[in-house]
Amino acid sequence: MVFPGSNCDRDALHAARLAGMEAELLWHEDPDLRGSDLVVLPGGFAYGDYLRAGALARFSPVMGALGDHAARGGLVLGICNGFQVLAEAGLVPGALLRNASLRFEHGWVRLFVARHDTPFTRSVPDGAELRLPIAHGDGCYFLPESELDALEARGGVLFRYAHPEGNPNGSARDIAGVLNEQGNVCGLMPHPERASEALLGSDDGMLLFRSLLESAATRLAGMAA
Amino acid sequence: MTTYRFAVSVMPKEGILDPQGRAVEGSLGHMDLDGIRDVRVGRRVELSVEAVDESAARGVVDRLAGELLANPLIESWSVETLGPVGAAS
Repeated sequence: MVFPGSNCDRDALHAARLAGMEAELLWHEDPDLRGSDLVVLPGGFAYGDYLRAGALARFSPVMGALGDHAARGGLVLGICNGFQVLAEAGLVPGALLRNASLRFEHGWVRLFVARHDTPFTRSVPDGAELRLPIAHGDGCYFLPESELDALEARGGVLFRYAHPEGNPNGSARDIAGVLNEQGNVCGLMPHPERASEALLGSDDGMLLFRSLLESAATRLAGMAA
Repeated sequence: MTTYRFAVSVMPKEGILDPQGRAVEGSLGHMDLDGIRDVRVGRRVELSVEAVDESAARGVVDRLAGELLANPLIESWSVETLGPVGAAS
């Protein structure tokens, strides 16, 4: 999904194709998702991130169709700015505040994977941590304390920042990525698409794209049966 | 129809980390200013709305504020009416 100001759309396309998906770029003004099994909201600065990161993209023409897709159980992955858009749209819980450091934070982080039974992480080996890059100014995950407990209780926390690099932005409970209640929409701040080949320093991000390919294939097989 | 002018204030909610406020506080030491505490940084948006009356205009502003200008999870907002700015037509 390309919004005006997206800048990781081609990286995401590359990673999806590398994983073996048939993938194409969708423009935010076209409400037709063209039968996609998975929609990726890429990183960048949609609408310049004016007002709040992700706030204006939420009203893009495609967002109604994206909400319908998610409600039907379709897969959605929001990366960085895509996570901010999903949060503003209420498709995943929480909000992304300015980094506690007030700085744009970039570099490599390590992610603890809390669950392996989701469409996003089924191919991640047990115990494996993911090494992925981050690059964001507004990545401090926030949810009121009581709702954090509920989120954790239902297994809604999928990724946490882990040592040695640790929590780069002040996120509550080291949360780096969350799931919606149905478990088919995921938002995360780190960039799996920028870790798609060993040449880039890590190919751990491919574990997520391969998981999603398998999940979509399994879901289609289930529908056909 | 009359045009009304409004100002919407959007503030980080109590208890929400406000790093911009902290940064402003951090610079006070360079300014020889004493006694300043609890700085919080928000946003003020001014706009004009054309409507049949002030209450209709206010309804439009409330919707804009609640659905776009503020994220109710992290921000609170309030509206100040600045008055009519155009002649009735």
